[in-house]
Amino acid sequence: MTEQTTDAIYKTDSLIAEDIDAYLETHQHKSMLRFITCGSVDDGKSTLIGRLLYDSKMIFEDQLEALSNDSKKVGTQGQDIDFALLVDGLAAEREQGITIDVAYRFFNTEKRKFIVADCPGHEQYTRNMVTGASSADLAVVMIDARKGVLVQTRRHSYLCHLIGIKNIVLAVNKMDLVDYSQDVFDQIVADYAAFAEEIGIESFTAMPISGFKGDNITTAPSANTPWYDGPSLVEHLESVEVLADVAVDKPFRMPVQWVNRPNLDFRGFSGLIATGSIKPGDAVRALPSGKTSTVKSIVTFDGELDEAVAGQSVTITLNDEIDCSRGDVLCVADNPPETADQFEATLVWLNDEDMHVGRGYWLKLGTQTVSATVQQPKYRVDVNTMDELAAKTLSLNDIGVAEVYSDKPLVFEAYEQNRTLGGFILIDKITNATVAAGMLNFSLRRSQNVHWQATDITREHHANMKNQTPRVLWFTGLSGSGKSTIANEVEKKLSLMNRHTFLLDGDNVRHGLNKDLGFTEADRIENIRRVGEVARLMTDAGLIVLTAFISPFRAERQMVRSMLEDAEFIEIFVDTPLEVAEERDVKGLYKKARSGELKNFTGIDSPYEPPLNPEITVNTVEMTPEEAADHIIKQILPLK
Amino acid sequence: MTATLTHLQRLEAEAIHIIREVAAEADKPVMMYSVGKDSAVMLHLAKKAFYPSPPPFPLLHVDTTWKFKAMYDLREKAAQDAGMELIVYHNPEAQERGINPFDHGPLHTDMWKTEGLKQALDKYGFDAAFGGARRDEEKSRAKERVFSFRTSSHGWDPKNQRPELWNLYNAKKKKGESIRVFPISNWTELDVWQYIQLENIEIVPLYFAAPRPTFIYEGGLFMADDIERLEKVMGEKPEITTRSVRFRTLGCFPLTGAVESEASTLSEVIQETLLTTTSERQGRVIDKDAGGAGMEKKKQEGYF
Repeated sequence: MTEQTTDAIYKTDSLIAEDIDAYLETHQHKSMLRFITCGSVDDGKSTLIGRLLYDSKMIFEDQLEALSNDSKKVGTQGQDIDFALLVDGLAAEREQGITIDVAYRFFNTEKRKFIVADCPGHEQYTRNMVTGASSADLAVVMIDARKGVLVQTRRHSYLCHLIGIKNIVLAVNKMDLVDYSQDVFDQIVADYAAFAEEIGIESFTAMPISGFKGDNITTAPSANTPWYDGPSLVEHLESVEVLADVAVDKPFRMPVQWVNRPNLDFRGFSGLIATGSIKPGDAVRALPSGKTSTVKSIVTFDGELDEAVAGQSVTITLNDEIDCSRGDVLCVADNPPETADQFEATLVWLNDEDMHVGRGYWLKLGTQTVSATVQQPKYRVDVNTMDELAAKTLSLNDIGVAEVYSDKPLVFEAYEQNRTLGGFILIDKITNATVAAGMLNFSLRRSQNVHWQATDITREHHANMKNQTPRVLWFTGLSGSGKSTIANEVEKKLSLMNRHTFLLDGDNVRHGLNKDLGFTEADRIENIRRVGEVARLMTDAGLIVLTAFISPFRAERQMVRSMLEDAEFIEIFVDTPLEVAEERDVKGLYKKARSGELKNFTGIDSPYEPPLNPEITVNTVEMTPEEAADHIIKQILPLK
Repeated sequence: MTATLTHLQRLEAEAIHIIREVAAEADKPVMMYSVGKDSAVMLHLAKKAFYPSPPPFPLLHVDTTWKFKAMYDLREKAAQDAGMELIVYHNPEAQERGINPFDHGPLHTDMWKTEGLKQALDKYGFDAAFGGARRDEEKSRAKERVFSFRTSSHGWDPKNQRPELWNLYNAKKKKGESIRVFPISNWTELDVWQYIQLENIEIVPLYFAAPRPTFIYEGGLFMADDIERLEKVMGEKPEITTRSVRFRTLGCFPLTGAVESEASTLSEVIQETLLTTTSERQGRVIDKDAGGAGMEKKKQEGYF
């Protein structure tokens, strides 16, 4: 270690020993910067972080001792200390000598506290890198001076830019291995500048460093790079503007997390202020309702505040009783964000299972959670060449642009303007996995200009005229289970009882409305979506709708359920074992499927997901269709 | 432009946001309360998050019966001050078998804490549990998400964690599964100490140096909190010497090493913490049980 790298640190140390209260006073007023390190596998990211921790005395003696032992056992630096071992914490990582998941590390300098996320370099861990980058103010892109700009450098830079990191540091590392050559440095900077311009990175700060030897880490210029006239890495990290400060100058927005009601006299709206600032007396608007009021007080445990700013968690009370709950957004009255339900978004796919076009996912944005579908991607980006490629779906680690439709209007802003109101995650409704990260680019004109036309004859009116409650009786089960037969029986019985009904049959619909669809997974999803929409229109008209579709996927049945009013969707599981259905084989389809003539046949080479909690189950082995129909009628009659 | 928020203000706001998200999205949350300084900070943050309401969840102490007496004293008081229900859980099997740190080694932690925690969560049906763990404590913790998802058998799969972007937390789960939530993930030991000082948070007096009865056991320095009980399980009366000691972390008294110290004020404690050359968990036997990956292994088995 060179001497210059440690001076600044020992100064801090002596203050701790001499005047702890003075030290604490300084420390208390430090700001905080979150940054990531990224770059190719062996560019020395972990080593750099290890160095920063070591130089700022964040490594204790016992850890150092353990580290020194580990370095000799599994380290990659011979007898020297392998700083990477400090950071790679999972057993699998230490064994394989690579970084799998993001590790968060902490260190202080005299001016700031830092949280650094060390991000994995391998392409298959792109999702973990995006995770680390999403909360970062700055990215240190590492380059091995011997290797120059590599494919991974480009990919990571692109991801950083995509996720909106404005401060990019190009750290040309391992300068000690190229004799601290200015020519090498200049060439790499020129190469990177050309690439950065291509993808829209407006500016970056380049510096020659050696994480291993300590050059230009804490002070600059190092004696080895007299030609360098920029700041050291730490000086730069101490001086860049943090994201939260930039957010303060934007219009006020606060997603409501929780309504605080300790008693009848107090009603406060709790949340983390995303952007802007707020004072008592300010006019605010609650979205999506659009109702306005003024701020009565900003309540905290430590007393009422005269002002609150972006980044603070507060509770706001208003002078008027307006409707506002979790998921709503409080904003400045005269400059509210948009509300829309159709968007163009950039998606990063994070799950092993491919994206299903048209399937309903949970979309969480701020404190809003809605059901949403993703359309076929407009394109996906080859992250190594930045080419836009045609795509039918998105797979793990893919980045693409697609339209997203939500079932309820979302209060939003473009991600570029506001990370909180523009960044979202998609959650699989069955596995609950976080399957994608998304950034809203803009709302589609379609949705801005297509408004709901209010009609005077309401759905209630339609239903009252027919003297019935609209329902959808959704029959699901294997081919040949008896769905159509039983549904037909049920409709006959309802008709005798003067109920107004309509039966949508799978085969029949495929002759007209859905004749353009095949039997791939995507087409099956679209088939069900359309049938769901038609069923919904029919319930608006006051009808009792019976549908007979295999509808093999839980997610799609759930999608239809969520399109309808509460309790309107009645899932009827026509439970017939595969052997029995195959034995019946009314249409001869099983035989064809077994012989390979028919592809994607449910139960044979395409899965059927039985309902977990159907409203009604009929067992066709024990019951005749007539008995099954009676059983169903008996169940639904009490529902009116 | 308004003055920049300090790092502690930002950490506080982040933790409050996390705590509120859980209260809003979980069906039955609970806050793990171990009476240590991290728990004290977490409890304080919960009070702030919901003020003027009390936090809308109970506190849960998974007790081993081997905690320091001073910890039991503060436990009751802290819950009362916060206006929160306090649930204390003892693993009945551990109690029956008289599991203790001297005769049973690692089994003590496993039975009382790991198993006890699982039993308590199952018994009350809690689906989200706050814990006071920090990423700077230990290597595998550094990799853990703020919302850490557990299977219905309470296992943790480090290679298959849910991506966690921005401050959007996915709290969806199936019946029977649960989430461990760590609101002070991004705090360091120094942050915790400084926050305690700034916010005037009450902590167990054992964190401050005072003359206390101590004994040496297998090379470590321990406090004789309950001499009669110690004598019973150790089979002999340890040689007691009065030393000025304090604790950097608090667990079960026979497992938590004391350090010799004169630091009797918060400033002095912080000063000593900053100047020390060994890490905080060094006094704890638990992390070293299984070699380098001790904590990771424990967590996979369901330890907090």
